[in-house]
Amino acid sequence: MTERSSKRVFSPHQAFKYAYHTIGRLPGGVFWLPVALGGISFLLISQPATWLTLTIAGLAMGLMIFLMASGLSLVFGLMDVLNFGHSAFISFGAFIAASILSWHAGWLQADSVLLNGAALFLALLGAVSFACIAGWFFETVIIKPVYKDHLRQILITMGALIVCEQLILVVWGGIPLTVPRPAFLQGSVLLGQVPIEVYRLFALLMGLVIYAGLYWLFNATRAGLLVRAGVENREMVEALGYRIDRLFLAVFIGGSALAALGGAIWAGYETMISPALGTEMMTLVFIVVIIGGPGSIQGTLLGALLVGLTGNYLGYLAPKMALATNMLLMLSVLLWRPNGLKPVAS
Amino acid sequence: MFNQKKLSLAWGNPPSRDRNQNLAYTLRITVGLVWAILLLAPFLFHDVRALEVAARICIFIVLVASYDLLIGITGIVSFAHTLFFACGAYGAAIGLKLYGGSWSAYSLGSLAGMLLAVTIAAVIGLLSLRVKAIFFAMITLAVASLALVMVSQFSAYTGGEDGLTYKTPALFKTATKLLENENGSTVKVFGTKLNGKLAAYYFLSFSCLLIFALTVRLVATPLGSVLKAIRENDTRAEAIGYRVVRYRSLIFCLSAASAAVAGSIYAVWLKYTGPETVLSFTIMIDILLMVVIGGMGTIWGSVPGVLLLVLAQYYLRDLMEIAAEKTTGIPLLPELLSPERWLLWLGIGFILVVYFFPKGLAGAMLASGEKR
Repeated sequence: MTERSSKRVFSPHQAFKYAYHTIGRLPGGVFWLPVALGGISFLLISQPATWLTLTIAGLAMGLMIFLMASGLSLVFGLMDVLNFGHSAFISFGAFIAASILSWHAGWLQADSVLLNGAALFLALLGAVSFACIAGWFFETVIIKPVYKDHLRQILITMGALIVCEQLILVVWGGIPLTVPRPAFLQGSVLLGQVPIEVYRLFALLMGLVIYAGLYWLFNATRAGLLVRAGVENREMVEALGYRIDRLFLAVFIGGSALAALGGAIWAGYETMISPALGTEMMTLVFIVVIIGGPGSIQGTLLGALLVGLTGNYLGYLAPKMALATNMLLMLSVLLWRPNGLKPVAS
Repeated sequence: MFNQKKLSLAWGNPPSRDRNQNLAYTLRITVGLVWAILLLAPFLFHDVRALEVAARICIFIVLVASYDLLIGITGIVSFAHTLFFACGAYGAAIGLKLYGGSWSAYSLGSLAGMLLAVTIAAVIGLLSLRVKAIFFAMITLAVASLALVMVSQFSAYTGGEDGLTYKTPALFKTATKLLENENGSTVKVFGTKLNGKLAAYYFLSFSCLLIFALTVRLVATPLGSVLKAIRENDTRAEAIGYRVVRYRSLIFCLSAASAAVAGSIYAVWLKYTGPETVLSFTIMIDILLMVVIGGMGTIWGSVPGVLLLVLAQYYLRDLMEIAAEKTTGIPLLPELLSPERWLLWLGIGFILVVYFFPKGLAGAMLASGEKR
């Protein structure tokens, strides 16, 4: 008896299991992961100012990625559709917003916040409304004929991604595009002693507002309820008399719009975008969806925050690793939880 | 009847109905003809570019056939095929670079590359072939991207983005004379010099033909039937008593080995190995397009698929250039038709193929005889 109990204390495997179960029982469970990540990196970085800058950058990046990935996650969860063309909406959003912003260059440099804001609003609106139309077109023409056939979905949406990327090349040319920022979002503010870029705060705020909106939509409205029900059990929702295909179309359009919005904000964040944006983002967005578990909004947020934070922390701690970070993150999460961190029960 | 059965065991199940049987034989004869042309290419086409195209077609037939073993026969979606291709190519390249252009360096390097590829495949396979298809696809994508990063990080060995150039074994040098006439210059047959380039081409094309034939044969073995069973219903295959994860890992390793061999053959032909030629994501997409256009799960389809796509890559641009010149003055059209936009048309064509020929070219010819 005594032998067994001493074994339990000293075996690393047992200790890990114990820690794992404790984490699992905490309210919120895996949602403490980003916090734990922040804590560990705080100890490793040990410079509060740097850490704060990196954390805010990571959170802002994470929330932007969340905007881009949430639609994909829902589309995958609701209809089992693998849309590799999703990132085309991100790049269309980015390029349209960039064009609209540079047409209103005068407004952007004006001294009035109102004009600045109007230009920015127009840019975001343009990106979102284009994505709505394109999303409708994409769903009816590209996706609808290949429902319930995973392999053909992968192939056909990949083909669509190639076509979209080439169309961007035709319209905007192959040269990287500079994206102007509105005057009121330029520069940085001091948070204590630490300078924080205003645009990062803006991205953070936008992400939070939209997450709150989505949370409200999914937890307080009938449409949200139906979508959640559809993710868990599609046939049941159909059997109760709801047109799941219309619901799906709506989710697809909404997801495309969010992707375009995310892309538009991303364009301002990067200030320089190239047509390769779509392909670069495709892997990132898919990684986030898979880490989080397809179909779950909270999971996607979690995955996006983890990707954003590790990207920034590791980029500072081990710059050589930066390129491989996301892949390593996904590999470790999948080996730990093969269905993602927060899978939807089905 | 008995004969027919024997034939079917050797070369895949013949389709049941007569018309289909004819179509299937037409496909096989066409594939045979393509190989004959490829083998005679140095004597048929005299410009350098045509020989490059022919070599690329040979290599990609092997790559696509081995990828079809995964995606078409067993139903595994992997994005790491270029990684295995690159293992073989970089193994051969590093061997030749470090120890000079000798046969032992080449074979040792190729062998090391192949072993590395098989090891990576075994590790990925055993660790992750249990998870759902989409997760497996993402894991392979992750590993492939990791490899791209590693190649640029370890530039001391791999040459980074610039890649490696090296000497090939003496037999394959363009200056080598296979046959000399009395003047001491190289003998010409049908206007083609019998030099080292020719030897290199025949090394490449015969090796590729051999691997292709072995792949076709593999599918007709009992192992091939088990793999198809796993594709159709893995739970049932497991229930009958086949260990699905083991079979999947086995075919993943075999396919990796085949891709690695193709890589090392390509490395000695090109005399250059870099991320752009063997590892980039573009090549992975090319392979995917070729498999789909040719017809998944047929192996034979790799030949028409590769032929179409490689010819398009090399010659569609020329056609488009002419078209763009003809349409100058009309707004937007020259932009759409400019040679750089060939991928746009390829993408559209690809979508149409997936719509209208979901089984690909060869699949449409072999249709209904054998249910996919």
